[in-house]
Amino acid sequence: MTQTTEIAPISASRTSRFAGLVEFWHYFSQSRGAVIGLVVFVLLVLIAAFAPLLTTHSPIEQYKDAFLLPPAWSPGGRPEFLLGTDPVGRDMLSRLMHGARFSLLIGAVVVTLSLVGGITLGLLAGYFRGWVDVVIMRVMDLILAFPSLLLALVLVTILGPGLVNAMLAIALVLQPHFARLVRAAVMAEKNREYVTSAKLAGAGHFRLMLLTILPNCLAPLIVQGTLSFSNAILEAAALGFLGLGAQPPTPEWGTMLANAREFILRAPWVVTFPGLCILVTVLAINLIGDGLRDALDPKLKRS
Amino acid sequence: MSVPVLETHHIVRDYHVGRTLFAGGQVIHAVKDATLKVEKGKTLAIVGESGSGKSTLARILTLIDPPTSGELLIEGERVDIIKTGVSKQMRRKVQMVFQNPYGSLNPRQKIGDVLAEPLVINTDMPASERQDRAQQMLKKVGLAPEHFNRYPHMFSGGQRQRIAIARALMLNPSLLVLDEPVSALDLSVQAQILNLLADLQDEFQLTYVFISHDLSVVRYIADDVMVMYLGEVVEQGSREAVFADPQHSYTKTLFAATPRADVASIKARLARRAAEIA
Repeated sequence: MTQTTEIAPISASRTSRFAGLVEFWHYFSQSRGAVIGLVVFVLLVLIAAFAPLLTTHSPIEQYKDAFLLPPAWSPGGRPEFLLGTDPVGRDMLSRLMHGARFSLLIGAVVVTLSLVGGITLGLLAGYFRGWVDVVIMRVMDLILAFPSLLLALVLVTILGPGLVNAMLAIALVLQPHFARLVRAAVMAEKNREYVTSAKLAGAGHFRLMLLTILPNCLAPLIVQGTLSFSNAILEAAALGFLGLGAQPPTPEWGTMLANAREFILRAPWVVTFPGLCILVTVLAINLIGDGLRDALDPKLKRS
Repeated sequence: MSVPVLETHHIVRDYHVGRTLFAGGQVIHAVKDATLKVEKGKTLAIVGESGSGKSTLARILTLIDPPTSGELLIEGERVDIIKTGVSKQMRRKVQMVFQNPYGSLNPRQKIGDVLAEPLVINTDMPASERQDRAQQMLKKVGLAPEHFNRYPHMFSGGQRQRIAIARALMLNPSLLVLDEPVSALDLSVQAQILNLLADLQDEFQLTYVFISHDLSVVRYIADDVMVMYLGEVVEQGSREAVFADPQHSYTKTLFAATPRADVASIKARLARRAAEIA
């Protein structure tokens, strides 16, 4: 209660679009985990963006004199290979840095695809109800009935292995969650009075759906989006691990894990570092998602 | 007399509930046979308890829901939502103000956009003119131009109801349906909003259908009164006639149930209680 009374004058005094942003940051920064997650995520994005500048080696160049070198700080390591080399003599550090590009790309593409699909289907189902709703939601149920990884496996097998197909498959598998979420939110918002009054002002179906209802359904979508981001990275890694995602020599973290698993006892670093990267990324994004949920939860806000 | 702004003949609205594959369910008559007529510049108050069908009737009058049967005429023109739909011209003529000022404004729309939206949809006015119109309307309902770029949650309930009224008036409607517009507000704000409504009625020659359960409000604002009970219109007449000499037993009960706060009645009540104790 004390907080709400304390920030009300701030947000009321600022009439620009920034007011909402400032208020959002106030709520978001309440959770320390979310801020840490955000910092880690921003670092990852920067590393991914500037990977060619930060690395001294090409991620796919093989050094014939340096198979399975340990990290630089352990005995036998060489300072030019800071995190050691993999079984065919490629520098781990540059592979990991370039791998961040693929992982973030996978997350972004998958979330965008499934968001667009899910919002479209969910809006149509929730707004029109009736047989449109029945048809769309039964298809979604059908997709949800399969274990997601299994369905993605089947799809990739049909489409053929590769990073693009893996992303498509994962997007299709994740999309019903968005559709359900949007449908539920639309059904709740549709009967609110402001929608009726927009209808009275003469708004058509498209205007009502996209401009009146959709902006009010965004909060849960943003949260689900971040959580799906990490899900997508994990599933892509799993598909890569099974040899159906990114193909060698692409430095994708899941594929790196898979290629190195027979050396897990002799050279644990080749498995440990990609695994750690996936863990840290997913953890950071999940923390951001939690923070977003708290910041955007209407129950925690006044009005 | 000119053509009445609103006229209905024998409006009925039924709801089918509990219909399943095997059982037919039952029919609930939300509104039974409502016939009414409102002249330009007048106010008709519809009074009744919760569930008496007044909000259902309001949704029919504002062309949101179709009546099951009966005739609805707006400015002498017959409207049939099911058969012919509602034309844009017709939509503009009837606007509504809702009971809950917290739910009737889109939380993600700035006030300026709330007011300009009806113009965006219905006219091809340039943006600058829309803004001017919205600013003027804002002033008319007693808000300041600096409120233009704010979001609904920055306003109090009374201010929001002013915004809702301003939005309803943007298209120059001839009929305004007010569904309990002051029952969510506290007493002093109620008076402000009622005065605002009365001023606007004089200025724009507006016709009001005022739905309420609060008899003191009705006595203040209405020209004609219609009492509904369980979907049925039980009493209809001018304000003076209905308040002076209620005919139906439900209307009498309704009047008797209104708390009286004048000094004489309070003294009488205290005397009665003292007598009971003694």
